[in-house]
Amino acid sequence: MNLTLKIWRQKNSKEAGNFVSYNVTDISADMSFLEMFDVLNEQLISKGEEPIAFDHDCREGICGMCSMYINGRAHGPAQGTTTCQLHMRKFKDGDTITVEPWRASSFPVIKDLVVDRSAFDHIISAGGFISVNTGNAKDANNIPVPKDNADNAFAAAACIGCGACVAACKNSSAMLFVSAKVSQLALLPQGQVERETRVLNMVKQMDEEGFGSCTNTGACEAECPKEISVENIARLNREYLLANLKK
Amino acid sequence: MTKLNSKIPAGSIENKWTQYRSTVPLVNPANRRSIDVIVVGTGLAGASAAATLAELGYKVKCFCFQDSPRRAHSIAAQGGINAAKNYQHDGDSVYRLFYETVKGGDYRSREGNVHRLAEVSVNIIDQCVAQGGPFAREYGGYLSNRSFGGTQVQRTFYAAGQTGQQLLLGAYSALERQVGLGTVQMYSRHEMLDIVTIEGKARGIIARDLINGKLERHFGHAVLLCSGGYGNVFYLSTNAMGSNVTAAWKAHKKGAFFGNPCFTQIHPTCIPVSGDHQSKLTLMSESLRNDGRIWVPKKKDDNRKPADIPEDERDYYLERRYPAFGNLVPRDVASRAAKERCDAGYGVGASKMAVYLDFAANTIRYGKIEAHKKGLHNPSDEEIKHLGKEVVKEKYGNLFEMYEKITGENPYEMPMRIYPAVHYTMGGLWVDYELMTTVPGLYALGEANFSDHGANRLGASALMQGLADGYFVIPYTISSYLSNEIRTKAISTDHEAFVEAEKKVKEQLDKLMNIKGSKSVDHFHKKLGKIMWEKCGMGRNEKGLTEAIGEIRTLREEFWKDLRIPGIQNEFNPELEKAGRVADFLELGELMCMDALNRKESCGGHFREESQTEEGEAKRDDEKFSYVSAWEYKGAGNFEMHKEELLFDVVHPSQRSYK
Repeated sequence: MNLTLKIWRQKNSKEAGNFVSYNVTDISADMSFLEMFDVLNEQLISKGEEPIAFDHDCREGICGMCSMYINGRAHGPAQGTTTCQLHMRKFKDGDTITVEPWRASSFPVIKDLVVDRSAFDHIISAGGFISVNTGNAKDANNIPVPKDNADNAFAAAACIGCGACVAACKNSSAMLFVSAKVSQLALLPQGQVERETRVLNMVKQMDEEGFGSCTNTGACEAECPKEISVENIARLNREYLLANLKK
Repeated sequence: MTKLNSKIPAGSIENKWTQYRSTVPLVNPANRRSIDVIVVGTGLAGASAAATLAELGYKVKCFCFQDSPRRAHSIAAQGGINAAKNYQHDGDSVYRLFYETVKGGDYRSREGNVHRLAEVSVNIIDQCVAQGGPFAREYGGYLSNRSFGGTQVQRTFYAAGQTGQQLLLGAYSALERQVGLGTVQMYSRHEMLDIVTIEGKARGIIARDLINGKLERHFGHAVLLCSGGYGNVFYLSTNAMGSNVTAAWKAHKKGAFFGNPCFTQIHPTCIPVSGDHQSKLTLMSESLRNDGRIWVPKKKDDNRKPADIPEDERDYYLERRYPAFGNLVPRDVASRAAKERCDAGYGVGASKMAVYLDFAANTIRYGKIEAHKKGLHNPSDEEIKHLGKEVVKEKYGNLFEMYEKITGENPYEMPMRIYPAVHYTMGGLWVDYELMTTVPGLYALGEANFSDHGANRLGASALMQGLADGYFVIPYTISSYLSNEIRTKAISTDHEAFVEAEKKVKEQLDKLMNIKGSKSVDHFHKKLGKIMWEKCGMGRNEKGLTEAIGEIRTLREEFWKDLRIPGIQNEFNPELEKAGRVADFLELGELMCMDALNRKESCGGHFREESQTEEGEAKRDDEKFSYVSAWEYKGAGNFEMHKEELLFDVVHPSQRSYK
């Protein structure tokens, strides 16, 4: 198929960016969206132009590095799919596709489609862990966990930290990301000791990083490639309220 | 010849590690605060080592090329992690895990290392569960296990098809906790481009800030390379796009020997190549072989749909050739058997380079069990199929979805098409029992070293080794070296060795930028990959390997004459990053072929066509090749091989049989 691409180009964090149009031809339906970008970049290099910078690594939907805002949707049109797992069979010949970086003031653009998501690491380092030094642990089966809790914790832990939730949110809120980690650890017996300090510290860091507030539109859940549920946000609010009451 | 001292402790196999831990010199907590340790890479080995060393009080600097340490490629491991817990009461033990790993590695690994790995495997699970790792559980709340290729016990712990993700996020959270405490300084989007040695010891690194292109000097009393494997030398592999050999290769050129470079693991169950645009290959977890049956049509060029081929016209070739293990034979055996069928003309799909992995029989079996549980006495075929599908979905749902996204085919309705692909490299930097390379103060952990998997890695043991090295081995072994370094003050990065190393790195970057040729990095990388896959892949012979060495040399010359890198050096420039990595792959590829040429035996994942039994099975040659080949760099294209003889005191090598 032949396509027209309107892609955000921005030299670095300081200079202003703009959309530039490109044409690609003979795109196979079996290609991934990023392989289509590979084709475009090869074309640009052979013409002596600068290829488009974009983040990507595992290309199997798990590392969370890829991050394109495609036709107004984080990771594009397919449900529960990262950009790298989006395949060109979802598009048709003659389509015009608009590609932007994640847009959020807490995720400044580094170049073209590449943004800085280190704010997420800061939130985890503020409390997204259980303080257990190596060697402290007792036998794993000494802590039975009800299967439902284990399954729900797992569903929350499936978050890949890509930032689609923030990109999809009109307020650039990071609530889904934060709630996924808070939920995972609050649901497990191992996470109880630091339950209150964890949620307070993570929310505080989230606010310091400049993420917006949650207004319950649910766009984050709709666009999350791992389909993390907004129920986690409800749990986060409950955890936060209880922790504040106990303070 | 004996430049190599593996430092395996004396004593019985069961006591070596305990004895070692009890007698290794220690660094007292007050002194640890003034010792700097550099960790390169944040996968399972790197993140767990950095976190643990920081917990002990060392000052740690940690580097990764991705935008966050959480993205390291350990995250993509699907199936599981082994631990000799014997929770399933099915006869497992530390000894059995040790024995099976030595045997599975085709008797090309060190007994002492492997036994230690099996011992600490039980601690790993404890640690990961304590961190909040959401492993699969039974209704009673206890941990669930499954079996994996090449074993007859259920010792594999898992979190659906995302085990690597959950383990890595555990290690990442431990690492971030230390970052928050200020004991680890994290450098994301940084790539290590050289090791700095002073008076023969590793004392730091040169790193490039990938955002602004600036070179930085970092001092460390010791340097740990946890930078993963080099499967991307084949261009197409299951590795991430950024996975590379650069850190290890720079270390090699600074004096670290490279062990068994030709030992590559080709994983049997990957999604086949769909066309020239292919940028990477995706694995379908080996756990699928527990319930999938592998077959090809008995007739050549059979173009019927798989469902239209009757049972008696299908060749379940693994069950036919290896009745004892059937579809659960180890990876190397399964991969070679698939290649054999496809080369003989029985492959399926458009490319004919694929075999079927079929869940139909087990879907029906599960459906019948479910129907029975639900008290349905005369369930229809449709009901059985539906119930069975639900069970399969519960076990492998995310893998089936991933397959459908990539291929556009529904694996619940038709069998998956699979083919072997490069997945893991058993070879890597040579290390002794303490994980130290031949450069004092320079360590290699996880897939970056060569040590524990011999010529073939069993399923669910890469995660085990990465975490064993980082959480439970290096924290002890590093103090053997650092206890002698407590008087070494931090060395200024103005030291001439740092200045000189940075200058060399800059020269290489300038050289790459100034070629200003006409071809992209990928052009050369793809060509290299093709040579490696065809001539140094699953099957190898003397003629092919000799040709490959010549072809790689020619390609390397072309690369340095005709490469084009757009943009400039001092900015975010992914093409420049790739170019540096491919330049190193072009040197490593040659060494891999030389190593493969030298090893005139078939063993593990490595099938030397000149060495096979009458039945076409791999024939190992213990008389001549029971050693680790450790290569020393002697200048461009010049390598000298050293041998570390392998001694087997406990497990006596025998020809592996899975029949």
